[in-house]
Amino acid sequence: MSAALQHAPGPSLELTNIQAGYGDFQALFGVSLRVEPGEAVGVVGPNGAGKTTLLRVISGLLRPRAGTLRFGGQDLAQLPAHALPALGIAHVPENRRLFPHLTVEENLKVGAFSKAARAHFEQRRDHVYALFPRMQQRRHQLAGTMSGGEQQMCAIGRALMSGPKILLLDEPSAGLAPLVVQQVFALVKRIREEGLTVLIVEQNVAQVLRVVDRAYVLETGRVAAEGRAADLAADSAIRRSYLGGH
Amino acid sequence: MDLLDPFFLEALVNGILLGGVFALPALGLNLVFGVVDVVWLCYAELVMVGMYAVWFLYTQAGWPLWLAFAACLPLVSLLGLLLHLLVVKPLLNQPPINQVLATGGVLFVLQGAATLAFRTDFRSLGVDMPPMEVGEVFVSGTKLAAFCAALLGAGVLWAFLKFTYVGVAIRAIARDREVMPLMGVDPQRIYLIASAVGGALAGLAACLLVVQLDVHPFVGLSFGPITFMICVMGGLGNMLGGFLAAFLMGLIISIGGFWGNTEYSYVIAFLFFILTIFARPRGLFAR
Amino acid sequence: MNLPLLPILLLVALAGVPLLSPPDYFMHLLITAVLTAVMGTGWAMMGRFGLVSFGHGAFLGASAYTMALLWNELGITPWLGIPVGVLVAVLLGALLGYPCFRLRVVGHYFALVTLAAGEIVRILVTALREHTGGSLGMTPNQAPPGGGFLAMQFGKAGFWWVALGAWALALLVWWLLDRSMTSKALAAIAEDEDAAASIGIQVAREKLKITVISVAFAALAGALLAQYRMYLNPESLSGLGVSLQIVFGAIAGGMYAPFGPSIGALITIGLEEALRFGFGTELTGAAPLVYGVLLVLFMLFLPRGIAGLLEKRAPTRKPAAPAVQLAE
Repeated sequence: MSAALQHAPGPSLELTNIQAGYGDFQALFGVSLRVEPGEAVGVVGPNGAGKTTLLRVISGLLRPRAGTLRFGGQDLAQLPAHALPALGIAHVPENRRLFPHLTVEENLKVGAFSKAARAHFEQRRDHVYALFPRMQQRRHQLAGTMSGGEQQMCAIGRALMSGPKILLLDEPSAGLAPLVVQQVFALVKRIREEGLTVLIVEQNVAQVLRVVDRAYVLETGRVAAEGRAADLAADSAIRRSYLGGH
Repeated sequence: MDLLDPFFLEALVNGILLGGVFALPALGLNLVFGVVDVVWLCYAELVMVGMYAVWFLYTQAGWPLWLAFAACLPLVSLLGLLLHLLVVKPLLNQPPINQVLATGGVLFVLQGAATLAFRTDFRSLGVDMPPMEVGEVFVSGTKLAAFCAALLGAGVLWAFLKFTYVGVAIRAIARDREVMPLMGVDPQRIYLIASAVGGALAGLAACLLVVQLDVHPFVGLSFGPITFMICVMGGLGNMLGGFLAAFLMGLIISIGGFWGNTEYSYVIAFLFFILTIFARPRGLFAR
Repeated sequence: MNLPLLPILLLVALAGVPLLSPPDYFMHLLITAVLTAVMGTGWAMMGRFGLVSFGHGAFLGASAYTMALLWNELGITPWLGIPVGVLVAVLLGALLGYPCFRLRVVGHYFALVTLAAGEIVRILVTALREHTGGSLGMTPNQAPPGGGFLAMQFGKAGFWWVALGAWALALLVWWLLDRSMTSKALAAIAEDEDAAASIGIQVAREKLKITVISVAFAALAGALLAQYRMYLNPESLSGLGVSLQIVFGAIAGGMYAPFGPSIGALITIGLEEALRFGFGTELTGAAPLVYGVLLVLFMLFLPRGIAGLLEKRAPTRKPAAPAVQLAE
């Protein structure tokens, strides 16, 4: 396959003691987290635990109030959000946030906006189409007219257009039918097998623990547990809280 | 009545030609509104400045007309940039009405500055192209040329929005501002570009208007309000809607003028606008 | 209800001004300023609730021309003509406002609908030139000898008292409004129209109420000003230009305090005269230029106007106070 499939291991992402919130409301209380190059890491937890806030902090949409945020040697807290895609950080936001009135291909084009990405547009677009053949069929269709699953794939494809080293996924399974959820996770698996580092936030704990190497359990803005995915899946307390097991 | 009456046909043709002239400022205003989410109340005054620029360079400084036209575009574009940087940008997080009123202040500034610089006399470029006769219908050559230039300008804008990275980002940002940084897009830069392009469109509109209308400091008031109506009728920020509404308004005014006189046809156009908004509060072409 | 004492004393003091036989020019400025203040106060009555009208000029024109035409063509005295003119303007405002409020035309869309209305009146006045004199303007006929009072054509002192009465009435209405349910309902609507409707506020009705009151004061002031000047023209009584000037005064003075728009009127009239003296009539362009710069500066640095400076500071620092929320 094309060269775009080969992802050199990127730098590691490291969060130390991150505090963040909105106005008077504090969402994160000293969260520390580490994602090694080539790793897939999950962040799970109930609604309102601060999972989305965590991703917003990493991609610069929200400034942390305290703590450090490093990607390789770079201090991310010093950079504006729009500078991060060029560093290799791509964020697939909650609810996908496609541009519904643009075509699939135009959505991909917006994803390749940064200067460095423009040179690779055609190559990466073909790569995305190879990953998601259905996107190629619908390249001239308005994104808003596609099904939820297709939109999720388009959103992931759009994020891949910047040539990321790490992909941040926010609830990729939200609002999708079970069968489609399976497909999305299968894709996430494929993407990481290509060597891309993945940080994925999910409520669908059972599914995500099958895809990632390690996971953090976030509860009311704090890391309540962390460990290898297999260990967490076996942990009785976590099974009780999140997996509906005994 | 006879639809093939040459005078009626002439009104029809003139309406379409007039629509082309309205279309440019409507496109510019909609572009800025769609991207920056601010109504430039002084948009017609930017056009007025451009008209004075062409008039001054051509009749006073003795430049060739094409060079005056060529200078007008970047000049008004720069004005759009300054407007954004000095007035709009500091107010971006303020309520919309504050932004609109500040640009209303700029309207006074430009009118006042023009009065100071050129007094209130009507200034004419004094160029005219011979009318053309198609069948029994006479068409003003100047208006036809202006119309073609307007269509050309709209076409260039369309290609820019359709095919360039910045153009696609401009269409994207109109729908979802917050997500843009995740695409590596700096919204502030897109605002600047949209303001510059919006200004350039005002500059182009100035070139097309200055050959048809005399310039005076208040000339903006003669086509500014109708431009706002056109944008609202098409749906604020909806470029295609505004483009179509421009022709609708042009036709109403021209055909109204055929039956009555031009003043009443403007009244009809404004009434039509008000009724349209009552019927479709988000514009004729709102989805 | 206890009326505040200070404004009443101020009013009484002002009513006595002509007794000091001040120079005519000074009286002229005072009358113009007070009538401008009535317009601005009227505009701010709705403007402060997010109902931003760019068409108040239309209402000045509707009442002033109704009054003048009734006098010139039918010989009906302005004493009657003004109420009729105000009624015409109010009907116009209701005709425009009711569908807007019913159909939820808000924010930019509302502002631009009112702008269109202002333009319609301006063009109509210009087009009906056989009666209105078009853009050259018109002059009400001179009253026959001895009929000055009946024709509302009297000296500056008389007009001063009439203007002062209109101003007092506007302030009184503002004061009463502040103590009424309508003002609380409108504040809720400005905050969140859906929420207001969901707690049973009749949004369209409340908005219509304030619009009618606002229009009535603008119309009254417009007619009085025309009658005082004995001259009407479309530029100063309709259209976008004069509408923006009214807005400017209200904003500069501060549209949230009852005296704000009046302070604004003093500023606009004072400015106009100072510029005329400073630069002479040759540089007429200087006035709008300075207005414009001030309007921009006010929006940038003092969105609540001069009166905003006098407001009590809240104990905790709040983010820059928005002038008004456009509901959208």
